[in-house]
Amino acid sequence: MAADFKITASKVNVHYGEAHAIKDVDVNIESNAVTAFIGPSGCGKSTFLRCLNRMNDTIDICRVSGEILLDGLDIYQKKVDPVNLRARVGMVFQKPNPFPKSIYDNVAYGPRIHGLAKDKAELDQIVEQSLRRAALWNEAKDRLDQPGTGLSGGQQQRLCIARAVATAPEVLLMDEPCSALDPIATAQVEELIDELRASYSVVIVTHSMQQAARVSQKTAFFHLGHLLEFGETSKIFTNPDHEKTQQYITGRFG
Amino acid sequence: MRPKHIVTAFDADLRAISARISEMGGLAEEQLGSSIEALRERDSELAEEIIRVDKRLDNMEMRLEQSAIEVMALRQPMADDLREVVAALKVASTLERIGDLAKNIAKRTLVLNQSEPLRVVSSVTRLGKQVQTLLAEALDAYTVRDKALAVAVWKRDVEIDEMHNSIFRELTTYMMEDPRTIGHCSQLLFVVKNLERIGDHTTFIAEMTYFVTEGRQLSDDRPKSNDWDELKPGNEQD
Repeated sequence: MAADFKITASKVNVHYGEAHAIKDVDVNIESNAVTAFIGPSGCGKSTFLRCLNRMNDTIDICRVSGEILLDGLDIYQKKVDPVNLRARVGMVFQKPNPFPKSIYDNVAYGPRIHGLAKDKAELDQIVEQSLRRAALWNEAKDRLDQPGTGLSGGQQQRLCIARAVATAPEVLLMDEPCSALDPIATAQVEELIDELRASYSVVIVTHSMQQAARVSQKTAFFHLGHLLEFGETSKIFTNPDHEKTQQYITGRFG
Repeated sequence: MRPKHIVTAFDADLRAISARISEMGGLAEEQLGSSIEALRERDSELAEEIIRVDKRLDNMEMRLEQSAIEVMALRQPMADDLREVVAALKVASTLERIGDLAKNIAKRTLVLNQSEPLRVVSSVTRLGKQVQTLLAEALDAYTVRDKALAVAVWKRDVEIDEMHNSIFRELTTYMMEDPRTIGHCSQLLFVVKNLERIGDHTTFIAEMTYFVTEGRQLSDDRPKSNDWDELKPGNEQD
């Protein structure tokens, strides 16, 4: 039964043209938990993450097979609208990418296109709530009409998180959300991830093993397109089962 | 052979910690050996020397603690590396305690040397030798990460416990036969107890070896000699 799991993926394979990027990956993403994907560059962790909200659809040569269920619904069915899917499964990218619009409009964009607010007052409320959740409200409340691109890097990333949570997604995918941030902004985002866990399932791809260890409850180790090991974060970082996991997390040649 | 770290300085740091443990282990073993010799040979000079040297073990433990903390802060070891650093910290403090117990044996030797020799001393030194062998094997197992040897050492602590109990009985009999020896036999009782404690510390080192190699604790079903009841007054069986 998939009852405890938000996302159940089985026998997922991804090809980019001839290249076989993901090989028979089975993984279950828990509700209200942070799952970290780790592994060396090119291991397929970002590719797999992008399967979870069909971001790979935008790449012509990319073929995805297997089954990915979100609350039991096969997200690759013809009748599923990828835009609606991405409102349920939000995403934050490596580089902060605010729209060239005001801070307010950045956050209000999603709720507007999905018709989530019936009037201006409700939209205002969603914007404030989202900015608060992303720990940006105090810094941004007096400059909501200014461009989002005028914020510092760390603030921009938190703005992108606010934008992602504004559509009230059920799952939040984060692809190296802190790699362009300084340690303080990183700590703020990590604190935020921990808070978001109360209402969402969070899946984070990170190259920082310390970050994976700090923020996640479950960790998946990818290697050459395979999911080599998946388990409790505390176990993976203290006593992993797989030799390759051990070598990777301890910083040895594999 | 485990692959090396990509950052070679990390390997150097871990090697330095291992080297410090080996050095401490060597000195602790030597102190124990000397304390047994001082007891057997009634050598007060050697006993004094043991008491002086103990400070070196204390300093070595402090230095190792410093290195271990630095590695944790600067290198953030994970998995087996982390276990190795944590185990080194615990083994170092165990070795320091073994040193303290050897020093205590030396102090009691100084007191014992002020009176006539007791026959029972030979049983005590035999126990001492046995403990010393076990400690040497435990340290070897730790150094080369020999899990099988560690488990063997762990299981053999029961022999120490049995010898300890039998010497305890012997000393009690001795004291009953000649109450004038009670003062000195009491000193020896403490020596015997110290050796038994060192045996326990030795099994702990074996447990740490297992923890480092396997990533889990050696289960707590070590064979124990549990005949304390028969040592209680009025319960002697022979």
